[in-house]
Amino acid sequence: MENLLLMMAPLFSSKLLLVLFFGTLFGLILGVLPGLGPTTGGALILPFTMTLDPLSAIVLLTSIYCAGTYGGAITAILINTPGTPAAAATCLDGYPLAQKGEAGRALGMATVSSTVGGIFSVIILVFFAPLLAKLAYEFGQPEYFALAIFGLTMLASIGEGSPIKNLIAGAFGILISTIGKDFMTSIDRFTYGINELSEGIGFIPVVVGLFAISEMLTQSTLLDQIFKRVALKAVKLPSLKDYKLTWKTILRSSGIGSFIGVLPAEGGTVASLIGYSEAKRFSKKPEEFGKGSIEGIAGAEAANNAATGGAMVPTLALGIPGSATTAVILTGLIIHGVRPGPDLFREQPEFLYGIFGAMLIANVLFFIFGFFGAKIFARITLVPNKILWPMIFTVSVCGTYSLSQSILDVWIMIFFGVLGFFMRRYGFSVVPVIIGLILGELVEGTLRQSLVIFDGNWLMFFTRPIALTFFILSFIALAFPLLRSKKNKK
Amino acid sequence: MNNVRKQKRANKSLPFFFKDEFKVSFVIIFISTILLISTFSFDIVPPILNRGIQPATFPKALLVLIISLTLIVYFLSTKKPWKTEKKLPKPFYLTLISFLLFILISKTLDFFLAISVLSVFVSYYWGERRFFYLLLVSIIFPIIVFIFFETILGLRFPPGIITNIYYQV
Repeated sequence: MENLLLMMAPLFSSKLLLVLFFGTLFGLILGVLPGLGPTTGGALILPFTMTLDPLSAIVLLTSIYCAGTYGGAITAILINTPGTPAAAATCLDGYPLAQKGEAGRALGMATVSSTVGGIFSVIILVFFAPLLAKLAYEFGQPEYFALAIFGLTMLASIGEGSPIKNLIAGAFGILISTIGKDFMTSIDRFTYGINELSEGIGFIPVVVGLFAISEMLTQSTLLDQIFKRVALKAVKLPSLKDYKLTWKTILRSSGIGSFIGVLPAEGGTVASLIGYSEAKRFSKKPEEFGKGSIEGIAGAEAANNAATGGAMVPTLALGIPGSATTAVILTGLIIHGVRPGPDLFREQPEFLYGIFGAMLIANVLFFIFGFFGAKIFARITLVPNKILWPMIFTVSVCGTYSLSQSILDVWIMIFFGVLGFFMRRYGFSVVPVIIGLILGELVEGTLRQSLVIFDGNWLMFFTRPIALTFFILSFIALAFPLLRSKKNKK
Repeated sequence: MNNVRKQKRANKSLPFFFKDEFKVSFVIIFISTILLISTFSFDIVPPILNRGIQPATFPKALLVLIISLTLIVYFLSTKKPWKTEKKLPKPFYLTLISFLLFILISKTLDFFLAISVLSVFVSYYWGERRFFYLLLVSIIFPIIVFIFFETILGLRFPPGIITNIYYQV
């Protein structure tokens, strides 16, 4: 009961409501614009959060996350281009349905299923995060090391693209985290005499580079692309018939999305694809999928928004991000001096339940904005790239510079932008780099401290039941794609 | 469809060192090897101060892992070649050049000027010809962003020929 009251706190704070309002609005705009999204937007807005108190800052980031994930559906349905990768599966049925003159119905279903998925996942978050945090009290250094390895292997296994390429990207991310002074011995590593590198490479230049700048380069290759926007009169709430047809799909996808979100992987993108394929598998009319099935839209949208709450579970309870956007939120927590993990649940419940409540409200807010304003948001896509991207570059440069007031950070951002472009071009996902970078210190620190505890005996890792379980799960995660490809060949 | 087939056939007939799979794997392994060699020059902690492993051990292990995995990726690509990518268009190279220009100008002349030059360059080569919009992306918008960052975050931008004038005013 006390926790429920804490969750209601944002409703009674005009400041938090204002932050939620702007966060949701900004998140929707980011979600609608193809190439941008909650990860890039969160990273760009991070410097501004320094002017806010920690709760307002994280509320802003989480509302961007929730609304941005939904916003991708608007462009997916109206112009057949997912605003965010998580909305890719929504294109498959959303656009064909819109072409049949039912854009309002498609958007209505996307809005309702996203809201239900989002709220469902917040409920999961409220119940699961404290349980996971309690479990984390049993974790020592070896368990955290094994958990981080499990997170990275899961990311490689179920993330987008080739698992081996994802592993390379993850290892590269961890390697970046080793640049600078070694935190245990203060010995310089990979600094090559550049003093600014002694502090290591910041998270923001890498994220903004890999997402915003690399996307700018990608857009430079797509200048001849012409978007055909389907006309939209108004968003329509689903009919009773549509509800009857889709309620099971929405609930199933909400469950799938929340579960996938909890796993340290690519959150919404993977969740929506699985939610969509499961909706097709259970449908009485699977032949309609790909031709404008309302169940297809519900399956994909409920799942990708459900992943938002799920991904916050390991982020808050263990300090291990469930997706690229939660990695940005984790950075926001660290910048504001909040250390995620079990102690946070014991020491600052008002902070945590404030975030949970804010996420719940953000899901309701984007429903209202989406329902009444989808037509206006869709017009944002009309801003030409030749004007939009130079402006995004300006904000990226100033945002990156502002955190440490270092011009080197800006150059690092550009370097990672170019690198990110080529990585994506040759099938290397950039998300593992981000997760690797943020988990790098944890992986190395826990490994080295574990070895001190074990007196250098590596085999002692396997004498700890929780660590052993995570290693077995990591092995299964790595073996899964191999088994899947063999099964597909048969 | 025919074009894709032709391109695939053309890619198959290329010598191995011209193929994307080889070029990408080679670059990763080459850079990783250089980094691996550089780890041998890291300072060594005396045994009495050393806790666990040496500072160079972890990066070494990561680099060996990256090299090994890249070899596996290359080996697999010989059985299942990668999708052939389209040639990059002219605006891509111009955008890349504008990044270099940005770095050069921000280092030698001025941070604000560098942003303006990049914005006008990119916007123009991406097809914008209207004077007002070029002015908007290169001057008006950066000024708004600068003032916003300065007043809200109390940020001080690096000195340069234009920024110095602004701070003197």
